[in-house]
Amino acid sequence: MTDRDIHASADNLEVAGNPVAPIPAEKTRSQWRDVWDQFKTHKGAVLGLFFLVFITLFCVAGPWIWTVDPGALDVRNKDVRPIYTAIWDSNAKVNWARPMGTDNLGRDQMANLMQGGRISLAVGWTAMILAILIGTLIGVLAGYFRAIDGLLMRFTDLVLALPLLPLLLVMMLLFRDPLRASFGPEQGIFILVVTGIGITSWMQTARIVRGDVMAIKEREFVLAARSIGTPARRMITRHILPNVLSPIMVSATLGLAVAIITESALSFLGLGFPSDFPTWGKILNDSVPRMTRFPERVILPGMAISLTVLSVNYIGDGLRDALDPRIRGM
Amino acid sequence: MLTYTFRRLLLSIPTLLFIAFVIFMLLELAPGDPMGQMPLTIPDEVKQRMREALGLGEPWYIRFGLWLYQFFVVEPQYWIDSAFGTNFADGKQRIISFQSRSPVFDTIAQRLPQTLWVVGMSYVVGVAIALPIGIISAYRQYSVFDQAGTFISMIGFSVPPFFSGVLVIVIFSVQLGWLPSIYDTTHQVVDWETFKFQLRQMIMPVMVLALQTTAQVSRYMRASMLDNLGQDYVRTARAKGMSESVVVLKHVVRNSMIPVVTVIALGLPAIFGGAIITEQIFKVNGLGQLLILALQGADIPMVMTITFLLAVLIVLMNLIADVLYGVLDPRIRYD
Amino acid sequence: MKLKTILMGAIATASVGSMAFADAHEGERGRDGEVRILYWQAPSILNPFLSGGTKDVEAASLILEPLMRFDETGELVPWLVEEVPTVENGGVSEDLTQITYKITPGITWSDGTPFTSEDVAFTYEYCTAEGGGCAQGSKFVGIDSVETPDEMTVVVNFSSATPYPYSAFNGAESPIIQAAQFAECLGPRAPECTDENFAPIGTGPFVVTDFRTNDVVELVANENFRDPNKPAFATVTLKGGGDATAAGRAVMETGEFDYAWNLQLAPDVIEQMEQGGMGVPVAGFGTLVERIMLNNTNPDPSLSAEERSVIRPHPYLGDPAVYNALSMAIDRPLLVEVGYGQAGRVTCNWVPAPEAYASTSMTCDTQDIEGARAMLDEAGYVDTDGDGIRETPDGVPMEMMFQSSTNDVRQDFQALIKEWWEQIGLSVELRNVDSSVFFGGDPGSPDTFQKFYADAEMYANNFPGTDPQAYLGNGLCDAAPRPATQWQGENIARFCMEEYDELHAELTQTADLAERGRIAKELNDMAVQNGMMIPLVDRGRLSAHANSLGGVVLNTWDSELWNVADWYRTGDNR
Repeated sequence: MTDRDIHASADNLEVAGNPVAPIPAEKTRSQWRDVWDQFKTHKGAVLGLFFLVFITLFCVAGPWIWTVDPGALDVRNKDVRPIYTAIWDSNAKVNWARPMGTDNLGRDQMANLMQGGRISLAVGWTAMILAILIGTLIGVLAGYFRAIDGLLMRFTDLVLALPLLPLLLVMMLLFRDPLRASFGPEQGIFILVVTGIGITSWMQTARIVRGDVMAIKEREFVLAARSIGTPARRMITRHILPNVLSPIMVSATLGLAVAIITESALSFLGLGFPSDFPTWGKILNDSVPRMTRFPERVILPGMAISLTVLSVNYIGDGLRDALDPRIRGM
Repeated sequence: MLTYTFRRLLLSIPTLLFIAFVIFMLLELAPGDPMGQMPLTIPDEVKQRMREALGLGEPWYIRFGLWLYQFFVVEPQYWIDSAFGTNFADGKQRIISFQSRSPVFDTIAQRLPQTLWVVGMSYVVGVAIALPIGIISAYRQYSVFDQAGTFISMIGFSVPPFFSGVLVIVIFSVQLGWLPSIYDTTHQVVDWETFKFQLRQMIMPVMVLALQTTAQVSRYMRASMLDNLGQDYVRTARAKGMSESVVVLKHVVRNSMIPVVTVIALGLPAIFGGAIITEQIFKVNGLGQLLILALQGADIPMVMTITFLLAVLIVLMNLIADVLYGVLDPRIRYD
Repeated sequence: MKLKTILMGAIATASVGSMAFADAHEGERGRDGEVRILYWQAPSILNPFLSGGTKDVEAASLILEPLMRFDETGELVPWLVEEVPTVENGGVSEDLTQITYKITPGITWSDGTPFTSEDVAFTYEYCTAEGGGCAQGSKFVGIDSVETPDEMTVVVNFSSATPYPYSAFNGAESPIIQAAQFAECLGPRAPECTDENFAPIGTGPFVVTDFRTNDVVELVANENFRDPNKPAFATVTLKGGGDATAAGRAVMETGEFDYAWNLQLAPDVIEQMEQGGMGVPVAGFGTLVERIMLNNTNPDPSLSAEERSVIRPHPYLGDPAVYNALSMAIDRPLLVEVGYGQAGRVTCNWVPAPEAYASTSMTCDTQDIEGARAMLDEAGYVDTDGDGIRETPDGVPMEMMFQSSTNDVRQDFQALIKEWWEQIGLSVELRNVDSSVFFGGDPGSPDTFQKFYADAEMYANNFPGTDPQAYLGNGLCDAAPRPATQWQGENIARFCMEEYDELHAELTQTADLAERGRIAKELNDMAVQNGMMIPLVDRGRLSAHANSLGGVVLNTWDSELWNVADWYRTGDNR
């Protein structure tokens, strides 16, 4: 996002305060321009977008500026507090070279949060998108085509009933070494983790989408569209999908949080990344026993996860409003 | 609808048998060994004899057949025996856990009360809070209430229980000393005092779990309400001069319930699956803890029985949800 | 410094305990109400013969008792018998094939019936019955018969000379069960006896009233216990579940429980909890050693299943220069400080205790990165292609896969050791495996510690009792896991040395204690100096008890609850 956009959205904040205020209309406007204009009026969405860009830049570009190795141990400088603790506690062990402090083995927290964020964000987004794609596909197909509904839903029941732990262990047994051989240790595990989370978290989306599709399928406008001979494919993409977008958006935001947290659980089973790969969930989990003495170690990763999820949620809200022609028209 | 329900019920029998088979094969394939928890000081040949005593020497199809027989024949016979004093099950082996060598169903029955108290209550509380929040949030979209609700529920959802659980313990048990941090599963509620104690020991796990449920259900409720509030029928209803409360609570809410019913139906079996992390943090020792210990200990009969019971619940709940769709929106037909 | 403090602490607790014996805390049975014990691993059965798990054995030790126990120094003390049988007092025959126990008269089971030699003989029969899958079977190996000449005498006959005849019927893992109760539970019927397994009748200070598997055990004082003034507590609640952190918190910070078992926590976390002021940690040392096993075979993934981790040698780990350099690069005092604090001490030995068997010939408490580098340079392991990783003289890059089970402390250790090994020019990849898979013997899994599909792996092991003969047998060539044995076997490193096998054979034939000590020390040194393992830390047991709980004597050789009959409530409620 450029500076100008931020100012532009700031200008629009007043407008957003009064949703019925007409947005100055221009003659030739693309649909996406409309969507963007509407999106800009959503305070939360703009803030969310801003934060998401910020946290992504922090993790992706951060390590180029802050070149400390996240794995480097420095036991003499362990348990350094973040510099801001010096404000109220002049005896705190702080170090300007470690602005967010260090952990119990002297690893730099800021570098770890950056590196951890890279993995957590990548895993979170990819697994969430995978789950949403599978869930939506199965949900729409089952809801729209009655012939395959039974089969797909019984399949969903089956996956819901499978115990997660043995499933993941079996996946690891079968695929870890081949993936490691063909993609290298890091990429291989990434694929495994993302697939593991993706294929075990699509069922709720599928059931919800199916329920909504079944209801929408019976609405008048669908009947109308069908009566003019709209092919099924067109029906789904033009008429059904846009109307089930909002539960999908909710699933997506919740799914992102679930994926980031599940990843940290996986690493404890030995299915996730090796212990020397930090992720937000893992930093948080490792720090829980020491949270009274070093609250920052849980607060920083915890906030990173929460705020990311929150901003994605607001962006989702904004997008949904922006994509809904009924609201946009107002 | 009735024929549909009946057909689905019949169809669920082969489905469940297939699910049982898949679960069994999955457990068979998964690496794991009931001897994995034994100390390393026990020599391997002793461990081998212990495995044989557990029946692990038999091929998989015999063990699967035995489990099916025990689950569908011996256990029901045993229940009939204990109910009517007959003796059909005499001398027949019930499903026995590898870890405790005791009948699996006895342990499940022992665990059910605390799981229902804590996980079930959290679900009731969560849904009861979530529905009004979702409805008001949608009706007053972007109001302070909506913003606060969104903020709290999303933060609540994205903070994992392994953190929030320990956080509330540190605050309320360690610092303030108000609430017990360890759940007493042997506690019996007999009078007002014991009920108060039960409330005090339940409140933290229930709240931690309810936060997750509330966040989820209220988000779906809100989104679905928003979709419906903009529909033409709402305008029509208002134009007819119906009161706002009738419009919102009767028409909009009813039409918005489909995703919520789905989520709740998916969540109910999960209650019986227990809440693994929360149960562990508060030492509630319910079904979730039972399942995770059984998984870690490769206690196949226990895992198999619990997951199969869950599968039955999942299939049933999804059937109920499908029937409810038809009730909520009569246009949805299955026949 | 720290070590000293805790040792002083331990001595202080011990002396308080023995003082209690003498005076102040005498009184009638059950005077002190309830004691609440927290095991973060919940007991699943109270019959130690059907589960060898420590949690089950220790919970059962409240009820069941052996003929003799080990005390906190590892010495045998008579428990249900009059004295420890030895060759000197005639209890053990000269040719070491027979041991005779004299049962103390007047001991009764908790149901009031007398405890006799029949019960001891039955225990032997129970554990050796075909199809029972007795977890303590190895305790009874070598026993020919158990005879009962009269009600108070037990004679155990061994099939050959047995220099250490005490493994059966002694220690928490091999207690005596009541013949009358378990008579119908022999062999394949053992698992059907749920009621018996959940509430065994014992001679111990407590009796089970309610047992919920994997959750909680409730007990009351045994009315028929041999000492009319014990136990001081009327009831015991033994709760299980959760994790070590929560257990420590419940004893030291909130004071909800009186005793928390085995707190495997980082020292700074313990220290933090101690400031809660409700309880104190106590530490004791046994034979548990955290070590890095070095693979003596080739774990190359490109080898076939029949050859991987089976064929010798390892591309470079067999070279003394390499394994010595790996060991020199490790800063053991730092590992102790980071991981175990007062519950750990540096060790260079495989057998760290008891004193008679612990070698003192090696030192390893200073890190020497430079020396390690020089050693590798000298032996021809240099970085020839400039990628920062050394190659062996025949060009194999020194890349190590270093695996361990999932556990906070182990992952910290892995990170530190990886850093040090990378400093001396190796490349290290870490892997951590869920402990139920890692220690499980599933031959289908590539991740078990026995399969050892890695170059090095870290875990801890110890031996029961005080005699290391069987434990030292883990270094014998034919104990190596391999496909032919379904990957079973205790020689995880696949260490193999003819001299070692010969010396171990000599140990099994030696009865003289001093001589046994000398051989055991030599075996220990031989294994460590020839690249079987890199011992790291002698791990103690750290538990915590409330300030108001007196009489606790932490014992790592027997059950931690071995002297629960002597526990009492002090007035101290700080």
